[in-house]
Amino acid sequence: MSLRADLAIIAELINDDARVLDLGCGEGELLAHLQAHKSVNGYGLDVDPEHIRVCLDKGVNVIEQDLDEGLANFPDSSFDMVVMTETLQSVREPDRLLREMLRIAEECIITFPNFGHWRCRLQLAFLGRMPVAKHIPHSWFDTPNIHLCTFRDFENLADSLGFPIIERRVVDHQHAQSTLGSLLPNLLGPVAFYRLGRANA
Amino acid sequence: MPAEIPANSVGLVATQTFTHRKPFLLQCGVSLPGFKLCYETYGTLNAARSNAVLICHALSGHHHAAGFNSMDDAKPGWWDTCIGPGKPIDTNHFFVVSLNNLGGCNGSTGPLSVNPASGAAYGPDFPTVVVRDWVNSQVLLAEHLGVETFAAVIGGSLGGMQAIQWAIDFPDRVHAAVVIAAAAKLSAQNIAFNEIARQAIASDANFLDGRYSDGVIPEKGLGLARMIGHVTYLSDDGMREKFGRELKSGNPQDLQKSADIEFQVESYLRHQGQAFSRHFDANTYILMTKALDYFDPASEYADNLVDALAPVQAKFLVVSFTTDWRFSVERSKEIVDALIAARKNVASAVITSEHGHDSFLLPLPRYVEVLRSFLGRIHADVNGGSQT
Repeated sequence: MSLRADLAIIAELINDDARVLDLGCGEGELLAHLQAHKSVNGYGLDVDPEHIRVCLDKGVNVIEQDLDEGLANFPDSSFDMVVMTETLQSVREPDRLLREMLRIAEECIITFPNFGHWRCRLQLAFLGRMPVAKHIPHSWFDTPNIHLCTFRDFENLADSLGFPIIERRVVDHQHAQSTLGSLLPNLLGPVAFYRLGRANA
Repeated sequence: MPAEIPANSVGLVATQTFTHRKPFLLQCGVSLPGFKLCYETYGTLNAARSNAVLICHALSGHHHAAGFNSMDDAKPGWWDTCIGPGKPIDTNHFFVVSLNNLGGCNGSTGPLSVNPASGAAYGPDFPTVVVRDWVNSQVLLAEHLGVETFAAVIGGSLGGMQAIQWAIDFPDRVHAAVVIAAAAKLSAQNIAFNEIARQAIASDANFLDGRYSDGVIPEKGLGLARMIGHVTYLSDDGMREKFGRELKSGNPQDLQKSADIEFQVESYLRHQGQAFSRHFDANTYILMTKALDYFDPASEYADNLVDALAPVQAKFLVVSFTTDWRFSVERSKEIVDALIAARKNVASAVITSEHGHDSFLLPLPRYVEVLRSFLGRIHADVNGGSQT
């Protein structure tokens, strides 16, 4: 089975034997891949019992821990890379979590659904309804996605926290790199991909 | 009595005995002239000898973990819900070894055994035994059985501590360690409960500093110790659910007839205490609680658990239960965090349960599923191929 395209991009960016922490690791696809192909020392955090079960089946180091309860148990600079894919929008305090990620590692990778995508904008503008799309399939009242944001919102946040953006990519619904989206990411890019570093001292 | 043996039971099993006939040096410096361990096995050791699993028991456990010893048995072994064909510790896949630890009172050498030096039972003179002694004796049992490496060492509570010690002391002989409702060391509160239990036993006039005889045992003291222990193994919610404030007679007016108030919970606890004190040895209870208290692998490494875990090669699964306050979720997290800091393979699950510490003995669906998934993977690992 080939790796989901956004995860493949992340896998490319991670060095062999690195120490990787995956926040909201889901069914552990990324970590299973990294363990098998890059001999990383990786751990994934999740709270969904079904996700945890699948991770155990795969032999992934899954830790049952709620991101909203913080990451204080992970010492400063104890990892090489902290990854969080499609989870930012569902945590209670995204800003605090970002700070924690870059306390634990010098670099982090974050992907999230772009709420500024034109389809979202059209639904809100013309239907007058909260957008529902492939990558954000929930209705407003039962969505885990309590902090949806756009490319621009996220860049403002990173800027206000003083975290330099090392790399920005735009991926589409199939998580392939989107050429069109790269032109006008905030309007045309469905999924945002960011690599952040620590503030320069 | 089982009318018939259930299909997913290991069936009728015979208890076996391993006798070690050479001196065995304990951590306390005392040497036993030899020892006997009672054990049972379920399933078959494969040709590669790679599928053995060791079950380590908790405070009052023993070797009879699964199946029935006779058709007259009222109940199967203490962990029958998890051990058997098709169960999480699947005897179609694994060769399961379960023993009664040294110092126990279910047939292995312990306070009830005859001290060859005196010709009488050891009683309170049985030397102090710590978790490492158990592991060392289990190694000898494994060698006797032709097992060099365990696919998994599994235990709850005090049993989990043995799994940790195994992974530290014999890193190349443990493929996986399953540590359930355990701790890397007891908290002061936890030791305090053990001390109250020991004092309850010691205060029984029949205890006689441990030199009681067969006929007259400190039944009340041991029963009281068990009652204290039992309360700490349950949760407040679980007890409310099970007993509430129900009166045994159901009629409050009966209260006036007797100063001996009879809430359901009282009657339950008394029964538990009495039943326990009739089949368990008080000196063994004291010995086992001491082993719990002394366990602290980090103490040899300036209290640094990460350093203590450095030799570990095993993959760990650490399981805890939300309402367990005797071995809380936090204690399990300490183990997990130290394993992560030591760069070891570890997975963890926090099971929602209202049954407190006792949860680890119950067939809670998610708990069973977590064990099944992890051990399914371990089975695939030791078979050197994909999961079957």
